[in-house]
Amino acid sequence: MQSKKQIITFAALAVVLAILPWAITGGFENGKSWLRAVDFALLYIMLALGLNIVVGFAGLLDLGYIAFYAVGAYSFALLNSPHLAAVLPAWLMHPPLLVMLLIAACVAGVFGVLLGTPTLKLRGDYLAIVTLGFGEIIRIFLNNLDRPVNITNGPQGINNISKVNIAGYDLGRPIEWFGLKFDTVHLYYYLILAFCCLIIFVTLRLQRSRIGRAWVAIREDEIAANAMGINTRNVKLLAFAMGASFGGVSGALFASFQGFVSPESFVLMESIMVLCMVVLGGMGHIPGVILGAILVSITPEVLRDVINPLQSAVFGERLFDPENLRMLIFGLAMIIIMLLRPEGLWPSKRRAREFHEHEEEAKA
Amino acid sequence: MNPLLDIKDLKVAYGGIHAVKGIDLNINKGELVALIGANGAGKSTTLKTLVGMVKPAGGEILFDGKPTARLAPYDYVGKGLVLVPEGRGIFGRLTVEENLQMGAYVRNDKADIANDIDRVFSLFPRLKERRSQLAGTLSGGEQQMVAIGRAMMSRPKLLLLDEPSMGLAPIIVQKIFEIIRMIAAEGVTMLLVEQNAKLALQTADRGYVMESGRITLADSAANLLANEKIQQAYLGE
Repeated sequence: MQSKKQIITFAALAVVLAILPWAITGGFENGKSWLRAVDFALLYIMLALGLNIVVGFAGLLDLGYIAFYAVGAYSFALLNSPHLAAVLPAWLMHPPLLVMLLIAACVAGVFGVLLGTPTLKLRGDYLAIVTLGFGEIIRIFLNNLDRPVNITNGPQGINNISKVNIAGYDLGRPIEWFGLKFDTVHLYYYLILAFCCLIIFVTLRLQRSRIGRAWVAIREDEIAANAMGINTRNVKLLAFAMGASFGGVSGALFASFQGFVSPESFVLMESIMVLCMVVLGGMGHIPGVILGAILVSITPEVLRDVINPLQSAVFGERLFDPENLRMLIFGLAMIIIMLLRPEGLWPSKRRAREFHEHEEEAKA
Repeated sequence: MNPLLDIKDLKVAYGGIHAVKGIDLNINKGELVALIGANGAGKSTTLKTLVGMVKPAGGEILFDGKPTARLAPYDYVGKGLVLVPEGRGIFGRLTVEENLQMGAYVRNDKADIANDIDRVFSLFPRLKERRSQLAGTLSGGEQQMVAIGRAMMSRPKLLLLDEPSMGLAPIIVQKIFEIIRMIAAEGVTMLLVEQNAKLALQTADRGYVMESGRITLADSAANLLANEKIQQAYLGE
């Protein structure tokens, strides 16, 4: 049942999203780099939604989530670059996009289960420490798997990753359609947006499914959930696998968009950023998580452009290194938001109630 | 006819301590059986063992004629063996209605589930008023109602109740027991573990008395109520 109002909102949103890249590249002088930032924001939305399944729905604190992004990115890189082309069988190289994303999702999902299995009985801080270690292990492996057999090319990373090819169109080259020149950033915007929408749709369906309810039950009380007939082990592993596979898809798109991957892109700070998006936006609430991902990924970029004029205006000269000041302001903003709105910027009704439970009790 | 639940020589040990030292107990379909005894007699341990939360050290449990030894804890609900645990174990941060829905997790029939929620609400009108309130903000008696209602949502064949009167005001206890009688009248088989022996025996058809891990007496509830020893030890007369 969809009301007229919903359909109109939806259509308006679709139009805005379709025009957005043109507005950006047309409206700003360095529009392409802004559009790049938007593309990355979309990738982060996918990541945040994946992590939201693990942290927001199932209540399992994961500090190594970026590892799955890395696994997806390297899966894509290895199968779509000359690096291993001589070793791998030819039929495996350059698979069609959907097959490739399926591979990335599956490989990441397997790693998700690999992380989930030994940590089934851990919760909270203990789980956080193990997942943090896992994330680092993956990164260090990628860093060192250039010897004795060169698989990941170590810290140099993998270069010359081919762009996605859809129905004969190479997204690496500009395409002319209807008199418009679609650059690679434009093409990738639409590509990533499409998969982002798919992931949003899947997450929405998951939340309202039986599995979604089982995750909530586990988050609230694992023993009681077990007593309700929920197979807590499988349901938790499923949360890890689903979350990881979203990360894998995002990682694969990242690798092809960037054309280059190295272990440096998958440091602990990235895991923490994705977690910030989830918590800041509103854990477990899909619109909130999307908002969080956009804010956390775009704000530093905005500050990059704003910080120097701001400094000159306030102090009359450039006193601080803009990079440091940027992160300082960003960090401060996050602290203030969390102090003022601990439930997140746009929380689910449930979570907002949890944070105001005592008020409700007082009323009752 | 075989009993619905047949416990044979059940033994349970925590480390080296034998909490249950070989008990026999059976429940027929449609019966309300009370298991009474002092603190630490092994009553709650027996119930926990029945739903797989504690593994037995020996003996056998047959439910519906089949041994339960190989079931995982989450399998029991589907088989129709449901425990309302001591301290209730409800989802405090979910609403009353969500708690009830969670009770029907193993079922797939949406329309029937909605019917059953209405049935629970007719048993507990108080819960209907508070259906969208967070369960953790309810009073103790109301939480106990949620716990019992949630267990009913899985359509149990045998409902195990662990100390439903614990921590509740006497007037609420009366109310809870009224509901237990109503559920029994609907034909649900129940095993009731209670320290409030008098009330339990007044409600039940049969009773077992447990003392330090052993069943010392088994009889009809009326006979147990009339038994002098029981009166002295448990009924405070």
